[in-house]
Amino acid sequence: MRRYLSPLLFVAMAMFAVAPVLIERAPYEASMGLVQKIFYFHVPSAMVMFVSAFVCGIASVLFLFKNRPSSDHVAAAAGELTAVFGLIVLVTGPMWARRAWGVWWEWDARLTSSLLVELIFVAYLLVRKYGGPASEKLAAAIALFGMANVPFVYVSVNLWRTLHPRTTVAMTLPAGMKEPFWFSVAAFGLLYIALLTIRSWLGRERAELERAYLELEEE
Amino acid sequence: MAGGIAAAAAAPLVAQQPSPEPSVWELPQTAPQQGEFVPVKGLPQQEQLPAASLVMGAYAFVWVVLLLYVWSLWRRLGALQRELSDLRKRTAARK
Repeated sequence: MRRYLSPLLFVAMAMFAVAPVLIERAPYEASMGLVQKIFYFHVPSAMVMFVSAFVCGIASVLFLFKNRPSSDHVAAAAGELTAVFGLIVLVTGPMWARRAWGVWWEWDARLTSSLLVELIFVAYLLVRKYGGPASEKLAAAIALFGMANVPFVYVSVNLWRTLHPRTTVAMTLPAGMKEPFWFSVAAFGLLYIALLTIRSWLGRERAELERAYLELEEE
Repeated sequence: MAGGIAAAAAAPLVAQQPSPEPSVWELPQTAPQQGEFVPVKGLPQQEQLPAASLVMGAYAFVWVVLLLYVWSLWRRLGALQRELSDLRKRTAARK
C-alpha cells in the first residue's frame, strides 16, 4: 500500500488544484447564486466525515473484541480525520448559511446533530491523549457512540423540518453541477485514503518505537 | 398682570438680538414622514451580503485546515525519524 501512497497523494492534490476551475464553470443556483458553490467542498467534506466516523467505529469494534493493535492505529487515524473534516463542515456550512438563510447558525436537527458528532470525536481524541494508560479501550467505546450517531445525522433532514437541504439534492443534481460535485467527492476521497494511510502508519511506527525502547531498558 | 408687564418689557430686547440659527427641530423635512411600509421584490444591490467573500473564505479555510494537518503529520513523522535514529545509535553503542 505504501508504494501507492505518493502517487495517490499527488493525484489527490492535483484534483484539489483543478476542482476550483470546474466549480467556477458550474452554473449558478437559481435561488442562492454564487454562495451555493460552497456546496462543492462542504458536502464532500461531510461525506468524508461520515465515512471516517464509520471507519473509526468499525476499527474500534475490532480493537475492543479482537484486541488487534493495528485496528487501534486505524481507529486513531480515522478519529483524527473525522475531527478535521468535521471542522471543515462546521465552518463552511455557516458561511453558506449566513448568505442563504440570513443567520450563521440555527439549532435545527442537522446542524445540532453534526455538532454533536464533532464534539464526540474531539472527546475521543482528548481521551486518547490525556486519558492515561489503557485509555485506548475507553476511547474505542466513545468512537462506537459517535459512529452510532452518524445515521441519525444523515436522515435528520428527512425526518424533521429543518432549514438544511434534504439528502435528495446531491442525488438529483442537474448536468453541469453533478460533474464538479462528483469530481470533488473523488478528490476528497482520495485525499482521505492517503491521509488515513499515512496517519495509521505513523501510529504503527510509534508503537514499534515504544516497544523497542521498552526492550532496550529491560536489557 | 406682572407677567404681562415683564413680557412687554423684554420684547424690545428680544427683537434687537440677531435671529438664532434654526434648530434641528425646525429644519424642513426633505423626505415625507413614513406612515406605512412598502414591500419590494428583491433586496436592493447595496443591501445584499457579498457572497464572493464568503465563498472565497470557505475555500481558503478548507485549504488552510488541510495544509495544517498535512504539516502536522510531516512534523510528527520527522520527530519519529529522529527518535528512530537516536535509538539505532544507542543500540549500536551497546553492542
